[in-house]
Amino acid sequence: MEAFTRLDGLACPLPFSGVDTDQLIPARFMKRSRAEGYGGYLLHDLRFDGEGRPRPDFPLNAPDRQGARVIVARRNFGSGSSREAAVYALVDYGIRCVVAPSFGDIFASNAVNNGLLPARVAEADCEAMLAALQAGAGDITVDLEACRIELAGHAYGFEVEPVWRTKLLNGWDDLDLTMSHMDAVKAFVAADAELRPWAAPRQAG
Amino acid sequence: MREAAGPRTLFDKVWDAHVVTRREDGQSLLWIDRHFLHEGSFHAFNNLKGRNAEVARPDLTFGFEDHYVPTRVRDLAKADPAIRGMVEQLRDNAGRHHLRLFGLSDPGQGIVHVVGPEQGLTLPGLTMVCGDSHTATHGAFGALAFGIGASEVAHVLMTQTIWQKRPKRLRITVEGQLAPGVAAKDIALSIIAAIGADGAAGHAIEYAGPAIRALSMEGRLTLCNLSIEAGGRSGMIAPDETTFAYIRGRPFAPEGEAFERAVEDWRALASDPDAVFDKEVTLDGAAIAPVVTWGTSPEDTLAITQTVPDPEKAADPARAAHIREALEYMGLRAGQKLTDIAVDRIFIGSCTNSRIEDIRAAAAVLAGRKARVPGLVSPGSAKVKAQAIEEGLDRIFMEAGLEWVDAGCSMCVGMNGDLVPPGERCASTTNRNFRGRQGPGSRTHLMSPAMAAAAAVTGHLADVRPLLEGRMPAGESG
Repeated sequence: MEAFTRLDGLACPLPFSGVDTDQLIPARFMKRSRAEGYGGYLLHDLRFDGEGRPRPDFPLNAPDRQGARVIVARRNFGSGSSREAAVYALVDYGIRCVVAPSFGDIFASNAVNNGLLPARVAEADCEAMLAALQAGAGDITVDLEACRIELAGHAYGFEVEPVWRTKLLNGWDDLDLTMSHMDAVKAFVAADAELRPWAAPRQAG
Repeated sequence: MREAAGPRTLFDKVWDAHVVTRREDGQSLLWIDRHFLHEGSFHAFNNLKGRNAEVARPDLTFGFEDHYVPTRVRDLAKADPAIRGMVEQLRDNAGRHHLRLFGLSDPGQGIVHVVGPEQGLTLPGLTMVCGDSHTATHGAFGALAFGIGASEVAHVLMTQTIWQKRPKRLRITVEGQLAPGVAAKDIALSIIAAIGADGAAGHAIEYAGPAIRALSMEGRLTLCNLSIEAGGRSGMIAPDETTFAYIRGRPFAPEGEAFERAVEDWRALASDPDAVFDKEVTLDGAAIAPVVTWGTSPEDTLAITQTVPDPEKAADPARAAHIREALEYMGLRAGQKLTDIAVDRIFIGSCTNSRIEDIRAAAAVLAGRKARVPGLVSPGSAKVKAQAIEEGLDRIFMEAGLEWVDAGCSMCVGMNGDLVPPGERCASTTNRNFRGRQGPGSRTHLMSPAMAAAAAVTGHLADVRPLLEGRMPAGESG
């Protein structure tokens, strides 16, 4: 996984609350192979009209937001379905960080597993950032070492679970780490069979 | 591995019993007792293939054909090729790794969160995961069950473990007794309205109190199912006699002496009387009315007797913006009576409300009546369907003019092609009223099965209570 330390890039305001994962990628696109890239499906039904034409009033379609790397949105971003495809759509589109006052728990952990930073900010700071972006600001700096965002001459603190911060900073993959604990897993399984004999499913497969 | 001294909650006890090891930074490696898969697991299997890895514990891994299966014509050969491909992909992966698959032709087929409990795969004190956010459903038995993403699915497939940060603990107590015509769905939506769609984020929920204890297993499953709509990844209820009676005799559950030993252990799972929660919320069960959603988030819930909210009266500008956008999408105006909202169709089904009691509750309203709008009734499993037919409930739906089809996720998420057409309004027993959830441009109002039946009979959102006079079904609680 690609490490995340500091990002200097373009931010796009998404002044909506509850941008759920059904919005981030509508279910009908989830049959596609990831190899095709999911970026084109990101927020598809908000970005495009029924005929597939970009909606000019949707923030991500604005000419001055092309190439955005950061999204600033209102509370409860990524709520709903556990579909990791929602993160794939963001990442494949080019987004590396979403800034919001709160996130869906499953979305946030999926994000971290794909090197996407869910940066939690105070509601008032979120509104200030949205206002600055809507007034024309665009260049943003997200510093994960310092947990600090700079936008339009102001600095804002953000929060991310310390374990996720470490994982993102190092670009760690859980699996390698788990494999180093397989002896502990074996010991657990042996002890557990004594403690909870009823836990195994009765019928054989 | 006991992580905390002193009195413990139900959640603490199940968590502690599954900690393999704990890192300095606080992450715990948890052992997983049951891993459920559906058609959406292909990203994870591709990950395995890329690493040339095997499934660590095929005996604890179960496949379910539910998200993409057709509900009307079961012959896959006649299905849309892309949909057929999704089902076949799961079959290939289950076959390659020797997993027990509840496929279309299996007498136990159905929605993963209906079949798990029904088969006795779901037990108190287990850890259970599935690449589906409604996995919290299984918490109704006192299991720690939560939804995971594809990367985590791959990790569990390869190791039967998962790294997790211990969540905070939230207890939601519902005091008193529910009024007639009020169901578990009304409790769940009322909780979400009270604490918000992110109110339980970062928390493991425990539901407690007399109104919860009085619920049947079906009602508890509905309640725990909706934990994620309050932002909680898991929601649990301490196992009791209702739980044990439900589990006894199920195919995969322990039997004989093993069952008795298990019950002894399960009784000890209840939260200690002096256990401390990070957050507590209390609701008065007697004050809960039949509710519906009016907007595009499950927190947009109101009693059916209310009117559509006014953005001008919202608490803050962000809420006002949400109400304005939601009303525009839903085609509603502020101040309109909820009972004046005409619906185009109804849907009864999904992992939230498709169990036998849900079907009975809807049938009790529809018996001897005609639906004014079209609708689909999809029982949650082949077993629920067979039971309903045995009770003659299928005829009630068909005579009312509704379609009685087979089991699957169906119109909750529309992946199988059961869609609400653009602009149409659906009274639905599902879990999400998100924009476009039931199909592009669809408008969803969430409610209990009895309330959806009331909408069918009247053609608009309606209070089910007058329609239930003299016909309350026994044990109604869906």
